[in-house]
Amino acid sequence: MRYLPHSDHERAEMLGVIGAANIDALFSAVPARALKSFDLGLPAHSPEFLVEAHMRALAAKNHAGADGPFFVGAGAYRHHVPATVDHLIQRSEWLTAYTPYQPEISQGTLQMLFEFQTQAAKLTGMDVANASLYDGSTGTAEAVLMARRLTRRNKIVLSGGLHPHYRDVVRAYLKDDADLQILSASPEGQGDILDHIDETTAAIVVQTPDFYGHLRNIKTAADAAHAKGALLIVVITEVVSLGLLEAPGALGADIVVAEGQSIGNALNFGGPYLGLMATRKEFIRQMPGRLCGETVDADGQRGFVLTLSTREQHIRREKATSNICTNSGLCALAFSIHMGLLGEAGFTRLARLNHAQASKLADALAGVPGVEVLNKTFFNEMTISTAQPAVALVERLAQRGILAGVPVSRLEPTDPSVVNLIVLAATELTTDADIAALTTALAEELA
Amino acid sequence: MSMNNQGRPTGVGTSGFASTSGSALLPNEPLLFEIGDTEHSGVDLPHVTISTNRLGGFERKSPLDLAGLTEPEAMRHYVRLSRLNHSIDSGMYPLGSCTMKHNPRLNEKMARLPGFSDIHPLQPVSTVQGALELMNQLSHWLMTLTNTAAVALTPKAGAHGELLGMMAIKAAQDAAGQSHRKIVLVPESAHGTNPATAAFLGYSVKPIPAREDGTVDVQAVKDALSPEVAAIMLTNPNTCGLFEPQVIEIAQAIHDAGAFFYCDGANFNAIMGVVRPGDLGIDAMHINLHKTFSTPHGGGGPGAGPVVLSEALAPFAPVPFVRKGSNGLELVEHAEGEALGRITAFQGQMGMYVRALTYMLSHGGDGLAQAAQDAVLNANYIKARLAHAFSVPFGDYPTMHEALFDDSFLAGTGVTTLDFAKALIDEGFHPMTMYFPLVVHGAMLIEPTESESKQTLDRFCEVMEELAVDAKSGNVERFTAAPMKAPRRRLDETRAARSPILKWERSAETLKAAE
Repeated sequence: MRYLPHSDHERAEMLGVIGAANIDALFSAVPARALKSFDLGLPAHSPEFLVEAHMRALAAKNHAGADGPFFVGAGAYRHHVPATVDHLIQRSEWLTAYTPYQPEISQGTLQMLFEFQTQAAKLTGMDVANASLYDGSTGTAEAVLMARRLTRRNKIVLSGGLHPHYRDVVRAYLKDDADLQILSASPEGQGDILDHIDETTAAIVVQTPDFYGHLRNIKTAADAAHAKGALLIVVITEVVSLGLLEAPGALGADIVVAEGQSIGNALNFGGPYLGLMATRKEFIRQMPGRLCGETVDADGQRGFVLTLSTREQHIRREKATSNICTNSGLCALAFSIHMGLLGEAGFTRLARLNHAQASKLADALAGVPGVEVLNKTFFNEMTISTAQPAVALVERLAQRGILAGVPVSRLEPTDPSVVNLIVLAATELTTDADIAALTTALAEELA
Repeated sequence: MSMNNQGRPTGVGTSGFASTSGSALLPNEPLLFEIGDTEHSGVDLPHVTISTNRLGGFERKSPLDLAGLTEPEAMRHYVRLSRLNHSIDSGMYPLGSCTMKHNPRLNEKMARLPGFSDIHPLQPVSTVQGALELMNQLSHWLMTLTNTAAVALTPKAGAHGELLGMMAIKAAQDAAGQSHRKIVLVPESAHGTNPATAAFLGYSVKPIPAREDGTVDVQAVKDALSPEVAAIMLTNPNTCGLFEPQVIEIAQAIHDAGAFFYCDGANFNAIMGVVRPGDLGIDAMHINLHKTFSTPHGGGGPGAGPVVLSEALAPFAPVPFVRKGSNGLELVEHAEGEALGRITAFQGQMGMYVRALTYMLSHGGDGLAQAAQDAVLNANYIKARLAHAFSVPFGDYPTMHEALFDDSFLAGTGVTTLDFAKALIDEGFHPMTMYFPLVVHGAMLIEPTESESKQTLDRFCEVMEELAVDAKSGNVERFTAAPMKAPRRRLDETRAARSPILKWERSAETLKAAE
C-alpha cells in the first residue's frame, strides 16, 4: 500500500523489539468479541489511477459553474480566484502544518494570521478581528451568544432579511429559547426590526446586503439598538460588497460576522468556507475563536503567538467562551493572499465590476415580460418575482444549461408568499452574453 | 532604517522594530503592510464607471487602507513566510492526539476537479447528482467502519461534531420526557472541548477520575450515575493512548441508567478497520476527517467532523442529508419530525468529503486496517525503545496509537517538559504534545502515526535518548535556551496577552511622515 512505509520484515523486527508475538497482542485491551469480529465488505486498496477514474466519474455527473451561464448566489458566490492563490496554499509548509502551538517553528502561519486579522479589521471597520471561524452561519450563532455574555440580557431579534440558513443555525444553537425572536421573511427589504428592540434585548441581527439583495440601513439600526442598550450584529454574506459599501464599523456595528468565501475560496458545494468575526476592542475577551498577537522573542525580534487563550476550551474547559478549537486556517490563508494581491486598488475595482454587472442584469431582467425586479437597492444580488412558481422554472432553465439563481421557496418551503421568487447574483465572471442567454430563455419559458 | 518601502510614495511604513533580513533560508519577512501599499495590485481588472443610484447612499466613505502586492511580490512574500513553518512534508510531527499523518496529493487533485470545486450548494439538485452520490458513498464507508445506523456529515470540525452529537442526545432526552437529566459525565483525561460542549448546552459536568492505570473504572461510572445523568462523553482510545478495557460494560451501565454514550472519536485512527465502535455500544461519535482520513490540517483548519449515530439517535440527525428518491438522489433540507434542524449553512465540508473518500478508496478496507495497526505498532515501538530512558506513567502493557511519558525522569535536572520539547526543535523534530492529558504530570504525548518509516522512528528515538541522557547529565542550558536554530527563539507570551497587539497599525512616525 503506497502510503504505508513498513515492509512485513520491518513489522516483524519491530514486534520483536516490543516483545509482542503478533500485532493482535498490541490490541489485547480490546474485548475479544469486538476485535476484528467482522467482514467489512469494503473494497480492497486501489491504485491511484483507478481511484482517480472513480472520482472523475462522480465529478462528471455534476454541472460545474463554468459549464454555462451562472447566477447562483444566496450566500456563496462564484468569483475568480487568481492561480497564484491556489498554488501557494498547496505548498507543503502551509498545507501540512498543524495549529501553530509551537510558535518558534510556526511563524509563517502566525504572521499570516496577524495579517489576516488586520485585513478583516480594516474591511469591516472594526478594532479587532479573530483568526477566523468555520463559516458565516456558525459565526452568526457565536456572535449571538457573545452578545448575551456581553450584555447579560437574553432577547435576540433576527431580521427578516437574514439568510434563512443562518437563521436556522441560530435557532438550532438556541433550541427552545423563548427569547429568540425571528421576524418573518422580508423579500421587499422592509425594515421592521427597529420596533422590536426593548430593554431586555441583547442584540439585533441585521444582514446587509440582505438575503434578497437589499442594502439595509446600518446606522439607523445601530442607533436604535444603542438607545436601548442593545448591541447590533451585522452579518455580511458577500464580503466583496465592502469594496463599495460603507464599513459597518463606521456605522456603529458592535459585532460584524462575514462569510469570506468570495475572496480566495471556491464554491466547493458549500464548504469549507471562512467565517470572519470582528468587534470592538473592549469586547475582545468575550470573542470566541483563536487570536494571534504580536510579541518579541528572547533576542528581541518581532514574532507572533496565539494569545488570550484563557478564553478557550483547552484552558477553561467548561467555562470557555465557546467549544471551538480550530479556525479555518487554510481558507483564511487563501483569503489573505487573494486580498493581498487585490489590495485597495484591486478590491475596489472588483466591487465596482460586480455592481456594474449586477446593474446590467437588473436592467435586462426588468425588460423581460412577466418578471419584476423587487430591489430598489442592491450590490451584486437581487430578487425577482416571476409569473410562474420558481422551483420548476429554475429547473427548466437548468435543463437548458442555465443556472438561473435560487428559488426562495427552497429555503422557505412553508411560506406561500415566496413561491414565485428567485434570488440571482452577478459577479465579475458574469458576461453580457450570459445575461442575454438568461433573459432570452426566461422570456421563452414565461411566454 | 525603514524596511522595503523605498521608492514607494504611499508606502505604509515600518513597525519600528530592529530587524535584519535574516539568512537565506530563514528569512525575516516584513508584514504585508510594510511591503505593499494601496496603489499596487496583483490582479488585473478593468476599471468601470458605475451609477450609484442603486446603492441607497451607503457608499463607502471610510478608508479601506488595504495593502496590495503585484504577483511576483506576493509569490515571494508567501513563499518566504512559508519557510518559517514546520510541516509534515518536511519532518516528523509527533503531536499526540493530533494524528499528523501524510496528506496524499491525489486528494488535493480530486478536490479541485471542477465537478466538485465549482458547484454551488444551492444549484438544482438535478445538476449535482454526482456530489450527492459522493456524500452517500462517504456515509457508507463511515457507517460500515463504525457499524452504526446513520451519519450526519455536516459538522465543520471535531468540536462542532461534539456539539451536534450532544444536541442529538439532548433532543432525544427531551422527546422521551427526560429533560430533567442535566448532568454529563466526563473523565478527567478528556479533551477540553468535551466539558466546554456539555456546558454550552446547559449541562453541568461531573468529572470521573481515572484509575491508577489511566483508564476509566466501570464502578466509578456506576457510582456517578443517577436519574439526572444525560450522557457520558468518553474518548476511546483515550487521551492517554489506552483502549478502555471496560468500554462495553460502561456502555451497558450508561444505557441501563437511561443515559447515552457519546464517544469522542479523536483517536479513531488507532482502530479503524479493526474495531467497530458500534459494537462497543456507542450512541454518537464524531470522526475527524482531518485526522483519521488525512485531509490536511492547513495550519489550523478547516477540519470536518461527521458524527455517526446509533438507531436511537438517528431520528434526531440534522439536515441536510441525502436520500434516494424517485428521480435519483434527493437532498433533504428541512427538518421533519423530531430532527434537529440545521447546524451550518449548506452541506458542510464537501471539499473534505472528496479528500476523505479518495483516501478511503486508495486504502481500501484492508489498507485502513493495516494503517491502524501500523500506527499502533509505531507507538509501541517508540514506547519500547524509550521506556528505559523516560518514565512511563502507567503499567507495562501495550499502548494504542500514542506513547505517553511523564516528567519524573527529569526530576532534579532543572529541565521541564517544555524545555525538553523546545530542545527537540533544534534536532529537527516538531515537539510532542506537552502537558496533555492533564492527568499525567508534565505529560509528553507522542503520536507517530502510520506514516513514519522505521528509519525515521529510529532516528527520532536516538535523538530522544540522547536528549534524555544530556538532561540527566546536567547540560541544562541546551534545554532552557532552546530553540537556538529555529526562525525565532522563545516568544514572550505573557507580553502578548498583557497588552494585546492584534493587528498592524501605522506607527506614529509614519503617520507623521505622511502628513
